[in-house]
Amino acid sequence: MKVSLFITCLADNLYPEVVESVARILTDYGCEVDFPEAQTCCGQPAFNSGYQDEAREVSRQLIRAFEHSDYVVSPSGSCTGMVHHFYPYLFRDEPEWAAKAEALVGKMYEFSQFLVGVLGVSDLGASFPHKVTYHPSCHAMRLLGVKEEPMKLLSSVADMSYVELPKREDCCGFGGTFAIKMADMSEAMVCEKAGNVCQTGAEVLVGTDMGCLMNIGGRLNKEGKPVRVMHLAQLLEEGRTKR
Amino acid sequence: MSGHGNTAVDERIGTGLKSRTRHALSDEFLRKAVAFTTDKLKSGRLQAMDTFGDWEAWRERGKAIRSHTIDNLDYYLGQFADNVVKGGGHVYFAKEGKDAVRTFMDIAERNKAKLVAKGKSMVSEEIHLNQELEKKGIDAIETDLGEYILQLARETPSHLIIPAIHKNKQQIAKLFTDASGEHFEPETKVLAEYARKKLRNYFLEADIGLTGCNFGVAESGSITLVSNEGNGRMVSTLPKVHVVVMGMERLVPTFEDLEVVLNLLARSATGQKLTTYTSILTGPKASGDLDGPEELHVIILDNGRSEQLGDPIFQEVLNCIRCAACLNVCPVYRHVGGHTYGSVYSGPIGAVLTPLLQQDMKEAGTLAYASSLCGACYEACPVKIPLHDMLVHLRHRKVKMKLTALPERVAFKSYQTIFGNITLYKLATKSAYYMQKPLVREGMIKSGPPPLSGWTQSRFMPMLPKQSFRDKWGALQQELARKRKEGGKA
Repeated sequence: MKVSLFITCLADNLYPEVVESVARILTDYGCEVDFPEAQTCCGQPAFNSGYQDEAREVSRQLIRAFEHSDYVVSPSGSCTGMVHHFYPYLFRDEPEWAAKAEALVGKMYEFSQFLVGVLGVSDLGASFPHKVTYHPSCHAMRLLGVKEEPMKLLSSVADMSYVELPKREDCCGFGGTFAIKMADMSEAMVCEKAGNVCQTGAEVLVGTDMGCLMNIGGRLNKEGKPVRVMHLAQLLEEGRTKR
Repeated sequence: MSGHGNTAVDERIGTGLKSRTRHALSDEFLRKAVAFTTDKLKSGRLQAMDTFGDWEAWRERGKAIRSHTIDNLDYYLGQFADNVVKGGGHVYFAKEGKDAVRTFMDIAERNKAKLVAKGKSMVSEEIHLNQELEKKGIDAIETDLGEYILQLARETPSHLIIPAIHKNKQQIAKLFTDASGEHFEPETKVLAEYARKKLRNYFLEADIGLTGCNFGVAESGSITLVSNEGNGRMVSTLPKVHVVVMGMERLVPTFEDLEVVLNLLARSATGQKLTTYTSILTGPKASGDLDGPEELHVIILDNGRSEQLGDPIFQEVLNCIRCAACLNVCPVYRHVGGHTYGSVYSGPIGAVLTPLLQQDMKEAGTLAYASSLCGACYEACPVKIPLHDMLVHLRHRKVKMKLTALPERVAFKSYQTIFGNITLYKLATKSAYYMQKPLVREGMIKSGPPPLSGWTQSRFMPMLPKQSFRDKWGALQQELARKRKEGGKA
């Protein structure tokens, strides 16, 4: 099975190790992984700020990059959600591009969604002897409907003690440009989220979206809290190597 | 938003969204009170959904009923108005808020009214009826407990259904003590008992009873009022004249439809199966009736609503049944409360509705940014209004009208140029690595100039590593090829 990595601009530049974990796990499960180098960004920063024309042009770059891919897998429910939820709308007046957008929607998956839904794997045989809590990301849950998949993967990790995050489905306050534009609102939200993480006593916070994790992790760092923040793919890969 | 918004609050803390946000965030009482009540309402709603069977199917049904009604609003408004008149009532269509106010004043003058007893009505807040009545020397008394508290505090509602959500028992006891001269302990039962006694006289003495309308039933011309205090029934029955002010979208075609939306409303709003009182009023007192008003007047308000009809994106906002579930789940509302929105309608629905009704993208349109776009509002909405999408489309409207700041416009144009071209993208991300260097301390960016300071005021930022994924791909590709040769680990 040929799988193209949609690495997202955030992970490309700030969290390359997350995509490396995704690539190794997919390879372990028989996927032939490639990286179409023309990809940049899904266009969400512009789209969510109201700049739809600008977002559309950046979207074309992504659509072109994956035109020849069979499957596209990304470590972000938010960027995948952008493609699924808004690309058909962005190209509603351009039939040729609308068809291309639909084609991309049909083959693009978020990492946990692909593992569980397409590869049919939920037990990776990982062991992770730590106390872990999990923050579900809004766009994975609400734009993509990815709710069960990360929990399925986590619940089959051996030796891990899982503790549920209070108010776990509340947004962490990232929201892309919201974090900067409405800094005070965002701050109130991330402080509450970080507080809830600490309240669990977990050593590790795991999630499926680096945007949210950069936000919560950045707050935990500022507070000097020793919580390790990881993407689900990193936790699973580390758990597999340790086994 | 001055003149439209919460005058009392605006005067105290300024008019900008950001200054109102800061003011709310510094009010620990407010934040605790709002979080406490919204948490309670949220868990109540989840329970009430569970016991209702297939909630998704009910939501679909609710959406279908509301969409059908709004798609055919001209027809159902005609039918509703005809039936109100047939039943002996009077109907008035008001284009703007001031038209509705004038109509009300005419009715008040004809009846030489001195005292108006009000049931809870967000539309009367929308048209600032109380202030207008005060100018004419007519006393208007709020009889909903929450609204009564706010009237004493000279404030406006900060929540659609729990208007005084931002006040705690201690603050309410103080208000009652100051207003009555008696001393009150902060005990819910005692405070409610006082309000009950006090308000009872107003029901009997009022010349006019004023209410809103939760749903008008087109097939019969009936007005449906839901309340948990019974004041709606009193206000609409005891005074000689009953005046209803309602938004033009507040209709359902039949009683069969009413059953569905009432179920959705109560469960989504408070987690109740039905509200304690559901009053369905058809026409004024008829011969042989034991009670009821002698006159019934129904004022149907447009005030920007009809502008949304036919709009492919925003028409659906008229489907709202005002349950406030979106407020109760909104993480922004939870922290800043309703007054921050500077509008009668707060929370996600208020952020969408306010700029649309006021047709003001410049000031009111700023509300579109009061959301992280988490989508909790859509998930909670019993009639599935995609509020999170509408917020993005409102931002787009602001951009199209060139109402966003020039530096922002330039930034997104550059974004388009750079992220739309892989060579420029690679060049830009490489230079960013070097440009960040003066800001990096201990491998992190802990403070920075605007707009980065918006981020660093509350969190650290990781530094860009020397090698991006793109740089590492060559080595990884070889590793993966070896892995595949070995047959993987799985």
